[in-house]
Amino acid sequence: MSGQSHISVKNLNIWYGKQHALQNINLDIPNKKLTAIIGPSGCGKTTLLKSFNRLLDLQDGFKISGKVLVDGEDIYDPKVEVTHLRKKMGLLSQRPCVLPMSIYENVAYGPRLHGIKDKRVLDEIVERYLQEASLWSEVKDRLHQPASRLSIGQQQRLCLARGLAVEPEVILGDEPTSALDPISAERIEQRFMELKGKYTMVIVTHLLRQAKRLADYIVFIYLGQVIEHGPARELFEKPKDSRTKAYVEGSFIEGYANQYVI
Amino acid sequence: MDKRKTEEYFFKALMLFSTLTVLGSLISILLTIIVKGFPALSWSMLVQTPKGGYYMGKEGGILNAILGSLVLSLGATFIALLISLPLTLYLNIYLKRNSRFAFWVRFVLDVLWGIPSIVYGAFGFTLMIFFGWRASLLAGMVATTLLVLPIMCRSIDEVLKMIPHELQEASLSLGATRLETACKVIFKQALPGVLTAILLALGRGMGDAAAVLFTAGFTDSLPYSLTGPVATLPLAIFYQLGTPFPEVQERGYASALVLTAIVLIISIIARMLSRRFTGDLGD
Repeated sequence: MSGQSHISVKNLNIWYGKQHALQNINLDIPNKKLTAIIGPSGCGKTTLLKSFNRLLDLQDGFKISGKVLVDGEDIYDPKVEVTHLRKKMGLLSQRPCVLPMSIYENVAYGPRLHGIKDKRVLDEIVERYLQEASLWSEVKDRLHQPASRLSIGQQQRLCLARGLAVEPEVILGDEPTSALDPISAERIEQRFMELKGKYTMVIVTHLLRQAKRLADYIVFIYLGQVIEHGPARELFEKPKDSRTKAYVEGSFIEGYANQYVI
Repeated sequence: MDKRKTEEYFFKALMLFSTLTVLGSLISILLTIIVKGFPALSWSMLVQTPKGGYYMGKEGGILNAILGSLVLSLGATFIALLISLPLTLYLNIYLKRNSRFAFWVRFVLDVLWGIPSIVYGAFGFTLMIFFGWRASLLAGMVATTLLVLPIMCRSIDEVLKMIPHELQEASLSLGATRLETACKVIFKQALPGVLTAILLALGRGMGDAAAVLFTAGFTDSLPYSLTGPVATLPLAIFYQLGTPFPEVQERGYASALVLTAIVLIISIIARMLSRRFTGDLGD
């Protein structure tokens, strides 16, 4: 880990076929802080996020140059075991996506993959992380029911518990509240506030107010480029770039509508 | 009446006519085999093998063909499943969405689906000659496997394509390998669809006469060995209807009734099972 940064991005370029989705990204994600990636839709926020746990490898026509260092190790090095990397990076997706099994099995799935077989240990893990996602009291009497019967908000907290159960170092969130009702969204945000001292968190959001509420550090992406990044307060109060200023003030960024965006 | 209203009436009548044609043909097929076959249907027909002179109107039953068809189509469906599952999981999880290879595999499967079953029978026959087998349960099973394989692959493929990509991402991002994701998550989610595909293939395999015509042979005894000939219901129907004796022809209709009933029962079970599984798994 190089000083304060947990993830370092160096000269990162990403293409989908002929589309140059991310251009010359250089970035340090601070350790054990919550970083929000903000910017208009289709500017490459999710692409940047998913480059951190190599989910982009599944995309058609995906090409990459440059480096992403996690704990000082280049994750695109062919020698890197991708399952180890992904275990380190928990992901919370836009729509909660529960596995087709019971609530208990959803949380136990990851630990089981990584070799935990003892029923008592699994029971403990399930309880601990369901509590950490503040879902335990709601589901403790129906742990063996299908997870798909939970409400969407509960499903998203289950996904959080499931992600935490493999003991990641980093939590990635891809607009994790955008499919939720306001109350469920608030509960997820509260969990994030409590988790951010323990984990390095990177959240993609298009909600400026959410970024202001949660983030310690902000990355502003616009049309595939990082325009500005810095501590949240600084970036919101004294943006250096005129485009950042326009975006955080909610006014029109010149030329946005004319661009072909990703 | 204005033109648009006339149009509306005309097309409504046309739609009703088409629907009734479909319903009507189903009902008249069922009625025909029930009216002609039910009087000849008896318990002894279901539990006995043909005795000497059965095809001239003497005693016996079609248990040889009932069991033969069940064994043959279950075997063929099982082999087809063993091939279809890895193939479809490979297409959907290991290959990327717009993979050219996957495109061609699907294309070939679609072509295979359209090939008439007599061609599979003929191909099975040449295979049989090549390996020096005689008409047997094994040869019939191989021909039927080839026949049901594209049906099963494409139906499982369609089920897997419907599964949201995020589910795969969710499993992978917990550190699962692709194989673990395929077996523990994707397959589980696809189970109701896979079940339907199995029963679809089973029904198709059981009902087809042409694939087994040259390959399975026919015998009056119960299926006894992989390398011995085996009786099948479609051929039993064919032979009985082909005799000049009215009472044997009636038994042919009774056999058709038995075959239809078995296929019907299979598809009802398929529906019940798939509803049960989807009920358990939610969306």
